[in-house]
Amino acid sequence: MTRREEEMSEKRKKHKAEDSGDDVPRDAHEKPADPSGAERGTVSKAHDREAESALKPSADKAAKAAAAAKARAADVKKKPKEKKKEEPPEPSPQQPLLDSFVQVIREKAGEGAVETSFINRKDGHRPTIVVPANQWASVARLLAEEAQLAFDYLQNLSGVDYEDYLEVVIHLTSLKHGHSLCVKVKTDREEAQVPSVAKVWPAADWHEREVFDLMGIRFVGHPELKRILMPDHWVGHPLRKDYVPYDQEI
Amino acid sequence: MPLRTEEMLLNVGPQHPSTHGVFRLILRIDGEIIQEATPVIGYLHRGTEKLAEDLTYTQIIPYTDRMDYLNAMNNNHAVVLAVEKLMGVTVPERAEYLRVIVDELNRVASHLVWFGTYLMDIGAVSPFLYAFKDREKIVDLFNELCGARLTYNYMRVGGVKWDATAEWIEKVKQLIPYLRSQYDEYMDLVGGNEIFLARVKGVGKYDADTAIKYGLSGPGLRCTGVKRDLRKDDPYSVYDRFTFDVPVSTAGDCQARFFLRMEEILQSLSIVEQAVANIPDGPVMAKIPRVIRPPEGEVFSAVENPRGELGVHLVSKGKDKPWRIHWKRPSFSNLQILPRLLKGENVANLIAILGAVDIVLGDVDA
Repeated sequence: MTRREEEMSEKRKKHKAEDSGDDVPRDAHEKPADPSGAERGTVSKAHDREAESALKPSADKAAKAAAAAKARAADVKKKPKEKKKEEPPEPSPQQPLLDSFVQVIREKAGEGAVETSFINRKDGHRPTIVVPANQWASVARLLAEEAQLAFDYLQNLSGVDYEDYLEVVIHLTSLKHGHSLCVKVKTDREEAQVPSVAKVWPAADWHEREVFDLMGIRFVGHPELKRILMPDHWVGHPLRKDYVPYDQEI
Repeated sequence: MPLRTEEMLLNVGPQHPSTHGVFRLILRIDGEIIQEATPVIGYLHRGTEKLAEDLTYTQIIPYTDRMDYLNAMNNNHAVVLAVEKLMGVTVPERAEYLRVIVDELNRVASHLVWFGTYLMDIGAVSPFLYAFKDREKIVDLFNELCGARLTYNYMRVGGVKWDATAEWIEKVKQLIPYLRSQYDEYMDLVGGNEIFLARVKGVGKYDADTAIKYGLSGPGLRCTGVKRDLRKDDPYSVYDRFTFDVPVSTAGDCQARFFLRMEEILQSLSIVEQAVANIPDGPVMAKIPRVIRPPEGEVFSAVENPRGELGVHLVSKGKDKPWRIHWKRPSFSNLQILPRLLKGENVANLIAILGAVDIVLGDVDA
């Protein structure tokens, strides 16, 4: 078992090294994308639509990278970036709702209980909040129990690997009030730990086990945290981006 | 002399005819009474979510056929809906109508399979034959439309792959009265059968609070009086144009779930009838780029499957393949309540309760 794990980690290191090796030239390509964007544009006009659509994301990316750098310099997060994207910052119809959620949570659980909040416009203006992992347990209880929020129905719980960090995404709905909310809890990749909410919403039980199984996030306080889809003796967490399958043949 | 009793472990499955797939239950029983039930799943796990990260959006669609294999049309719909939401695509009217027609026909077919197999589970074999005979008529229509009986791969981002001919629409129109008359027959044979009704009455009962807490959806939630159906509450496609009821019951037992599903067959037939009567002419595909690259972003969208809500959580980084796609499968979350329902029940009720939860193992394990 231990030997197996050692092999795994070695493989992973190799894989990582290859990856970063790949990344260097890719980055080099992308960094000068700003000035060469126009050049590429003229070329792509001669080409088909496909190339044009390929250009768009890279241009977007460059703009975003610039925005991110600026944001970092100004030491503020997200909000200025969003404003820049949507030039006429039409307030979302869901904004007052989100503000009221955030206000209630901050009043009851402290200022730090909501890291950021924003409206996910692409997702039908879904109110979204980012909660620090160490506050998630108390915020979850608040979301479920506070009469004004009353998020009684857990629609979905999934995990995303963003390579720098892992994220647990929870989609909640209130059958009482008819509003819904997306909660994101970020966690470190190496020491992936998030408080369990299986006691608040029993529906989260298997979903958390699934995320633990496939993404390797430990849900602290879960009644029975063990693999659910993969066999118990499986090595590694398949949905991680750096996952290398353990092959018995080699 | 006192009678010596002790608890026993009983293994059910994974190869058991009444689990409709590979599902295993470990029961701790005291005589005939179940003390604890531990479901073991994952035998059909194919890693669809991982595979999908290496597939283009069009290539993902056939994989969804194989999740809830009794209900591939709605699965197709869920995934294309999420991509369309992220891209902001408007689907042509005719395609939306075709989607609704096949969704609802598939719902009828799925409920018929449930009806037949559930009755067979609890000891009546002939309803199974009736149900499968009629379901075959729907499946044949699908075969004619898209060339497959079960794994349709019919929908695409921006529309549907194949247009329906006028003859096909005509056949659907003719099928509806036939299925209605068959429905009456089922209700005569089974819905009015004292033995059946007594067998499932009060079995596997739970209340609305429990259902909500366990995140149940579909008939499992509506049988407790919670009126939640995404086709009404969060209408996708063109569902807001049709008049139909969302059947609700307050009994919360297996009998209520039986009647709800049967009633849903009628409602679905009514939607199909309205859709085939009003289907407009026109294209069935929107103009979308050949390579589908949704913008960077994240969406969650859900459709109402026969078994509950099928949600798709999609994270895109602007590439032609998803960064992450997660399916919130209704069978997976509905199955969670099973240990609670079985606790303290008689072993004989196990199959009746499991059958009424209505799981498809492809959907549980993904």
